[in-house]
Amino acid sequence: MRRGTTALDGAVALIILLLIVQVWLLSATLDAYLAGHTDAALPGAICSGLIFVATAGLYWFAHHIDHWC
Amino acid sequence: MARLGSKAPVARNRESLWKDEFSVFEEHERFVNRRQLTKFLTLTSAGMFVGNLWILVKSWLRRGETFPHMTIARAAEIQVGGVKLFRYPNPKEQCLLVRIGENDYAAYSQKCTHLSCAVYYSREDNQLICPCHNGRFSIRDGAVIQGPPTRALPRVVLAREGDRIIATAMSEKLES
Repeated sequence: MRRGTTALDGAVALIILLLIVQVWLLSATLDAYLAGHTDAALPGAICSGLIFVATAGLYWFAHHIDHWC
Repeated sequence: MARLGSKAPVARNRESLWKDEFSVFEEHERFVNRRQLTKFLTLTSAGMFVGNLWILVKSWLRRGETFPHMTIARAAEIQVGGVKLFRYPNPKEQCLLVRIGENDYAAYSQKCTHLSCAVYYSREDNQLICPCHNGRFSIRDGAVIQGPPTRALPRVVLAREGDRIIATAMSEKLES
């Protein structure tokens, strides 16, 4: 039980960390777009997609944590 | 008073009914709440990813954007230090043309990049000034000199044909 809670805490902490990076990424891409620099849009979208996949993976882990802990 | 007193047992019953329907052990409640939090955070992440995709689509659409060529003034129409207002590239976008030298013209969108107030040209300071928050832009390239705006003013690309001054495009990038 305690191991499960610790793992869940870790997953939540990682997701929050990833979200902070994603917020920064979104604001930086938007700022670049509004300044007329469209080149940053594709790398920004790819990185944001990867972060979303990682977050979804951690979400899946959090919902199947009982199988491991 | 009697009516108020009679409500208390109902509230207790509701709570117990909730406990019956969701048979979660008290020690597991924290577990469930954190799972709900991860769900919410993942949805937030999906929302931000959609935001990035939206920017990507808008960027692709912007690349194919074309601007009309439009005569905005005659060369002799404005005195040195004078200003002419015009609308470009569509009737909703107000711009201003400034004659900054004998043969030197500059045109920018009049919309401040901070909160969209209309900027004006100050001949004394030779700058474009936003009266709302005292943002100042360079007349040479539209770059921010001071104030809250963080981006340069969108510049109207000009061409000259005889005595006609023609707007050919909009550029949001600073000239290097």
